[in-house]
This record gives sequence, C-alpha cells and structure tokens, in this order.
Amino acid sequence: MPSLGADMTEGTLLEWLVQPGDEVHRGDIVAVVDTEKSAIEIEIFEDGRLGRLLVEPGETVPVGMPLAVIEKSGPTPIARSAPGPTPASGPAPTTPPPRAQRRVAASPLARRRAKELGVDLAAVQGSGKGGVLTVDDVERSAGGVVQKASAARAATTDAGDRSAAMRTAIGALMARSKREIPHYYLQSTIDMRAATEWLAALNAGRPVAERVLTAALMLKATALAVRTVPELNGFYRDGTFEQQDHVHLGIAVSLRGGGLIAPALHDADALPIEELMQRMKDLVGRARNGRLRGSEMSDPTLTVTSLGDRGAEIVHGVIYPPQVALVGFGRVVERPWAVDGMLTVRPTVAVTLAADHRVSDGHRGGLLLEAIDELLRRPEAL
Amino acid sequence: MNGHKAAGDAVRALVLDEVLRIAPDIEPSALDDTADLRRTADLDSLDFQTLIEAIAARTGVVVPEGDYQQVRSLQGMTDYISSRMG
Repeated sequence: MPSLGADMTEGTLLEWLVQPGDEVHRGDIVAVVDTEKSAIEIEIFEDGRLGRLLVEPGETVPVGMPLAVIEKSGPTPIARSAPGPTPASGPAPTTPPPRAQRRVAASPLARRRAKELGVDLAAVQGSGKGGVLTVDDVERSAGGVVQKASAARAATTDAGDRSAAMRTAIGALMARSKREIPHYYLQSTIDMRAATEWLAALNAGRPVAERVLTAALMLKATALAVRTVPELNGFYRDGTFEQQDHVHLGIAVSLRGGGLIAPALHDADALPIEELMQRMKDLVGRARNGRLRGSEMSDPTLTVTSLGDRGAEIVHGVIYPPQVALVGFGRVVERPWAVDGMLTVRPTVAVTLAADHRVSDGHRGGLLLEAIDELLRRPEAL
Repeated sequence: MNGHKAAGDAVRALVLDEVLRIAPDIEPSALDDTADLRRTADLDSLDFQTLIEAIAARTGVVVPEGDYQQVRSLQGMTDYISSRMG
C-alpha cells in the first residue's frame, strides 16, 4: 500500500485492474485504492508478471504493506514508500515499515462505523491483513450483519461522509505543518500587464478548448523560477532536506462542497505553455470528478495555490509536509502603479511565499519571488 | 415575438443545463438571472472556460475572451448566444 500523501496511514483496496499472470509495465495502472480524499489509481513501478495478489478488494491495510507479488527474476513485493524521489530507475522497491505508529489499526471507514454503532475498536478482532480492522469486523462485532461491506460500498461512501473525513485529514496535516515547520512569509506585487496582453493575443481567435488561462502562466513561471532556488523544491524528512531535480508542482484544487486536494503536475518546468494548460485542465478535472494517480498524490515537490480571478487578493499558504515551500497567487486586480515617476493603473497580482526556515531563509526566498516577477513580465519567455 | 421569446427560453435552458453539469450542487431556483453567474454558481476560471466550451459545442456560438463581460450573467449569456445563433 503506497503512501499517497503525508497524511495517509492506510488505504482500502477497491479493485484490481490486473489479474495474476498479467504482464505489467512500469507506469501501468494496476489497482484502485480508496483514501479519505478520493479513489486513487495505483501505478506499478517495475516491469514483470503479476504473481499472487496479497490483498483482496474491500480490505484495508496500513501503508507499507505489500499488495501483490511481481515476478521478475525472483518474486518482489510491490510496495512503495512515498512521497519519495521519482521512481525513475531505482532498484526494485521493497517493503518499508509503516511510517505511522499503529494504534488499533482500522480503516477510516471502520472507525466511523464503529463510532456510529458504539463499538469499542480495541475489543474487536481484526480480520484484515496484519489484523487490521475492517468495516465488516466492526459490523460483525455490533451484532448481526448490518450491511455487507464491499468495494462498491466503499466507493460510494456518501459525499457528506467523505467531506468530513477529508476535513479531518486536511486538519491533521495542516496542524502537523504548523506544529513542525517554522514558516516564514514573503510577499511581492507583480505587474501583470505584459502577461495579460500576451495571453489575450495568444487566445484571440483560438477555439475555447485551446485558450490558456492566467493560472497556467503563473504555474510555469513558478516552475521555472524554482530551478534557480532549488532549496525550495523538495522534501524535508527525518531531519534532512532532500532536494529534488524534477519540478512536480502540486496544484491546490478546491472541491465543490468543500475540501482541497493538491495533486502533482509532473515536470511543469519542462512543459510548453499550451501543454501545461491542457495537463492542468486534465488534472483539475480528475481531481474533482475522476481519479487521480498514486504518483500524482505522493510526489509534488512544491505546491502552488492560485485563487484565480474571483478569490481574495492575497493568500498566505500553509506548507504541505514534507514539502518545504508553498507559493500563493491572489486574484489579479487593477491597482494604481508607479512607472518612471508617473502614476498609472495596471493589472497586478500579489504573490506570496511560505517557506521552511529549516531549509531556507528570507533572502533566498526573496530570490524566488523576484524570479517569478521577472518571468511574468516577459511572458513570451514562458 | 413569441418565437423569439421561445428561442431565448430554449437557450436559457441549455445554458442552465451546462451550468448545472459543472455545478451540480447548485439549486437552479437560487440563480438570479441578472447576477454574476460565476459568483452565484461558484465557478472558477477553469469552470467558466468549460462552460463556454460546452455552449460552443451545442450552439456553435464561440464567445471570445474580449466579450466575457457581456456574458457574466445567465441573462447576458442567454441574450448573447440567442442573438448570434443562426
């Protein structure tokens, strides 16, 4: 069971998309896992043939537990501890110990059900792998089969339930961030006239589907800028900073009805602006309605939150552990602006940086905002 | 005149249909025809682009970015699209 974000301690296998005996290749989607945030597609990180399945649909297991065996030269359990470095060409993954301390191991669903039914989790015998409590166990313990727990049920967890679970997960992660990360904050205001005009010219006469939004420019500028201040791009884990070579931008996506999810737009620095726009559309669409992939959940190296053209003017973000920085763009607003000693009016945006003092300081952080400013004033370079 | 009104109603229904596809949690009766659609239906810029795209696909009327001011409300969108449909 891969870790699909720092706040995940366990997941429920919803379905296998491959069968034992199937050939699998790195990057194939092999299973779907339910977390508190959403159903996530799990990719495989090596080539081989699928051997035995170790976990059945409906089972909830802790992060780090093998889900199946891939047969190569010898059997190797699939499992990945994430968020980790991009699993480009690393050795076969091994089973890491679960990161989280296990209390009574039970799925979020099982915990909620136990609460509803007034069942004491400590008194229930877990039937899942490693003694993990499932919803079935809880319901059995409550006396009589209340409702058959199944993959289908887990998938259709009612929206209110999901929303509450997500709020709890966000709360836990943000509390951890505020507790552990010594944040510092910087802010600049950027003249967006060049960017706005450049985009208007680019979009004029284009089919709607190919129009590029301001947010795409902001993402590209951030991805390019962070290459010049690489200590803001990576993970802080176990007391050390692990700088990342790839820029996988986490994009904060607000969900209708509440909740927030920040999946990764991979290699955002290397994407031409049109492609970045299409990828962003696809990612936001899937975050809201469909399925995200495991790697998108687990490996953002720097998160950007952009409030679009309707939100607040300034956002001061909270860093997503184990990342070390978050860049926030407010709404683009017209402001009085001084140019060459004269006052004029320009579309502007307030950009902020929240960063981790254990890794960088305000001077270096300031360079990032400066680089973003410069790039957005020369949009043709994006 | 009645025919014109009927055509407008059909376009309004079509626009509303696409808004609700993007924002299924919105109660249609809560949408004021003259209010800013993006605010009342809570559409972000990507949602709005999706809306314009869907309307273009169904009506053939493409709203250029420069005209977005005219299609901010349900009423504005309906009038804009109706007056440009063949």
